[in-house]
Amino acid sequence: MVYKMIKPNSYYDSVTLMLITEDIKKRDDVEEALVGMGTDTNKEFLKELNMMDEELEKTTPNDLLIVIKGENIDMNEIEKEVEKLLKAETEEEEGEKFYPSLESAVKRLDGANMAVISIAGEYAGFETRKALDYGLNVMLFSDNVPLETEIELKKYALEKGLLVMGPDCGTAIINGVPMAFSNVVKRGKIGIVAASGTGAQEVSSIISNLGCGISQLIGTGGRDVKKDVGGLMFLEGIKRLIEDEETEIIVLVSKPPYPDVVKKSVELLKNTDKKHVVHFVNGVVEDPTITVGYTLEDAAIKAALLCQEKPIDKNEYTYFDFLESFDFDKKVKEEASKIKEGKYIRGLYSGGTLADETMVLLSKEIGPIYSPKPLNPDYLLENINESKEHTVVDMGEDEFTVGRPHPMIDFTMRKSRLIKEYLDKETAIIMVDVVLGWGSHMDPAGEIAEAVKTARETSDRYRCVIANICGTYEDPQKYYEQKKKLEDVGVIVFPSNASAVKFAVNVWKELGR
Amino acid sequence: MSLFKEELKIVNIGLKSFYEDLKKQGANVVHVDWKPPLGGSKALKILNDFNKLTIDVEKANKEAVERIMNSQPTLVGMGIARDVVPGMKDNMVLHAGPPITWDRMCGPLKGAVIGGLIYEGKAKDEKEAIELIESGEIEFDPWHHHDGVGPMAGVATPSMPVFIIENKTYGIKAYCTMNEGLGKVLRYGANGPDVIKKLKWMEETLYPVLKEAIELKGEINLKNLIAQAVQMGDECHNRNRAATSLFIREIAPAILDTNFSNKEKKEVIEFINSNDHFFLNLSMPAAKSATLAAEGIKGSTIVTVMARNGTDFGIRLAGLPGQWFVGPAQEVEGLYFPGFTKEDANPDIGDSTITETGGFGGFAMAGAPAIVKFVGGTVQEAIETTLKMYEITDAENNTYKIPFLNFRGTPTGLNVKKVVEKGILPRINTGIAHKEPGIGQVGAGLTYPPMNIFIDALEAFVKEYLD
Repeated sequence: MVYKMIKPNSYYDSVTLMLITEDIKKRDDVEEALVGMGTDTNKEFLKELNMMDEELEKTTPNDLLIVIKGENIDMNEIEKEVEKLLKAETEEEEGEKFYPSLESAVKRLDGANMAVISIAGEYAGFETRKALDYGLNVMLFSDNVPLETEIELKKYALEKGLLVMGPDCGTAIINGVPMAFSNVVKRGKIGIVAASGTGAQEVSSIISNLGCGISQLIGTGGRDVKKDVGGLMFLEGIKRLIEDEETEIIVLVSKPPYPDVVKKSVELLKNTDKKHVVHFVNGVVEDPTITVGYTLEDAAIKAALLCQEKPIDKNEYTYFDFLESFDFDKKVKEEASKIKEGKYIRGLYSGGTLADETMVLLSKEIGPIYSPKPLNPDYLLENINESKEHTVVDMGEDEFTVGRPHPMIDFTMRKSRLIKEYLDKETAIIMVDVVLGWGSHMDPAGEIAEAVKTARETSDRYRCVIANICGTYEDPQKYYEQKKKLEDVGVIVFPSNASAVKFAVNVWKELGR
Repeated sequence: MSLFKEELKIVNIGLKSFYEDLKKQGANVVHVDWKPPLGGSKALKILNDFNKLTIDVEKANKEAVERIMNSQPTLVGMGIARDVVPGMKDNMVLHAGPPITWDRMCGPLKGAVIGGLIYEGKAKDEKEAIELIESGEIEFDPWHHHDGVGPMAGVATPSMPVFIIENKTYGIKAYCTMNEGLGKVLRYGANGPDVIKKLKWMEETLYPVLKEAIELKGEINLKNLIAQAVQMGDECHNRNRAATSLFIREIAPAILDTNFSNKEKKEVIEFINSNDHFFLNLSMPAAKSATLAAEGIKGSTIVTVMARNGTDFGIRLAGLPGQWFVGPAQEVEGLYFPGFTKEDANPDIGDSTITETGGFGGFAMAGAPAIVKFVGGTVQEAIETTLKMYEITDAENNTYKIPFLNFRGTPTGLNVKKVVEKGILPRINTGIAHKEPGIGQVGAGLTYPPMNIFIDALEAFVKEYLD
């Protein structure tokens, strides 16, 4: 039987409601549940679940819907529970004040200069426009903002001398303040312009862990460097860093930009005497005067060397050029000897760029990699939930996150997938990323460790599990505690994605299957 | 351009966790508890079109709000509706809210119409009244088409006495009948012999005494009275106790100077004194005379009328004179008199929302803590209500001030664009009428207008002014 309750004109954000839905579903008497606003998406869900009726059809995105399938459900009790959860989410602490609108917040915060916007993409453009009108720079976290809107907003921002970072921008560190998904990095001389969120996190974290610092990290969102937007903010970011006195080294991180954007970026770098490192994941820069990084890790290390005024005398660096304590070869042999069955590598990522980098590096060494978003379309995974041979998935892709929070926050999907891969006879090696920093889960290693432990208890066969911790020693999750949690369940932990991949490749080669 | 040299001051809109993380780092950040615009996607399109308007809406709104605030409503006299209300006809019955036909009228409005016809002597009972109505001889029209207002059903017939309020600043007049008190009364749809008897007493005793008293006393500045009453704990919509007391202080000496018998004078003073809502029928036309001053200002999105007839809720905009935007009247959340429940309640009814439109009433809740329980809230909620209304109004009143908010002016000048954009509906305090004719008031509470009327109004506005 389907029970329902409609609360008109009471809005809550979708992530809050998704988490509450999960909590409600855990109740024994509940078969299926949807706590959400009356949006078209939610109505579609209800139709698919056969939980729709005429009254629900008439609701608006301002109405809160509580729809439950089950037997003998006490809706009053459900309502109370939902209210309790909602209250926990929205209650202001003492002395704290929330504002009903951008207008009143700007009035209150004299000299406001930045807006972090993470509302549904449909509305984000309108709100961004208002923020720009008030003279605010914008970090636009929302995705699903129409392309034309993005172009319009960025042109308007440039007219007003303002930055629009995003849409779909998870990472930015401005004046030492990490916003949304960002790490606690040292402040220093290295400025980063990044069209890739986890790419920026990886590079900035490694730089900071090597003892150098970041002046500014300007995230632009991935679409910015493509043909239509033409790098409006990517190029503006480079110009800003060139003008900035504190920035001495400029690092560019992106998936391959549109050629014209590459050309303009290179020109800007060539016309300044500031030092630079450029890394385009799976891309190249033809100009020999440009210092390139071959991996995210390599780019970070080269930037750190430039910052410390040390020479770059190697083509490609890894952490192991600095860390002597890790006995790489011995550890490879040890792991390989424990793996009795399986011959494939399976990567389960929460960072899109990290997943991409893994695919790029693996495919060079061990052959084609299947994925829902493969490098080569021939290796498209038909069913995103079923791995095939070597497979790398970015679980932050839209197909996985519809109706759920991002896998950096909610580990449910990744945990069950990890166990599934572990139990698969074909699997030899499992790779994961563990992203620390603000915005992320406060105990990501604990979540992964729990799944590994369950998998190891369930299976009598050994699989090698490799993790990259993307984060700094100052991050709120406490780097070394996170590392220990993983090592306690036998996960091999690396301080960079490239080094984790290198280890995986070596173990796989050692297996010789 | 100097962003990198400034301290970062961040406004977070959306995920609260981002705000909390920024706060934990000691960043200077405030959080916006954001809501989508009213009606979602459709509103977004209208708002985007709105941004393309070339007319100076801000300037027009400033003028509209200034006219509302600079108005000086003054009680200048009394008269009989047929003699003084513009456009009033012998076969006409005025009512609250937007236009409505007999067949769509709710119970209490029908009850009041029947009562009005019996009072006029046009019918001797309900049956005759209905026959007369169905013959088509009676013309119905909203009070708002005649520069007046009526509480609840708001029914007024040609021989009813009315107050005449003049907006001294702009020379505009507004009208309203006298308040009948509580219990079984015409405005809640009651129409029995007691109701008619009281109306007759009001016409034959209360009216002549008051009329003469006002003539003797001279004009009474209602703006001052409302300002004082707001500082004394009234919001002059659901609570008029202070205002009614102030009114007695003003008028009592003059009543004593009239040529009526002591018995009549005493009856009049006792009647006013025993009816805490007596001043409502002065605060309403006071607000009406002020919002009338803003009507017709080209390019203004300020709301000049919010009104309900128990079936529909309607609004009008300063920049779209003569047009109604109508949606279903909503249920009222409230407290009920003993023996009554939600099942008995008629949807929201009455012109009294003109007080909110004029910049007090529910918008001044923070100044009226004594009635928060009656409308189902806490003092804190009353304060938050007023604070929220600042979000959707353009100004803080220059005369009506709230002591508790450090004498901030009440939120004034409801802006339909802000309502749509911020997804915040105006809050309305109201009485609750029984849905059947003839029973009367069953409780009081609070409600909101239907969403669609604001969206429709803004859409029509954009259409009108988009060149």
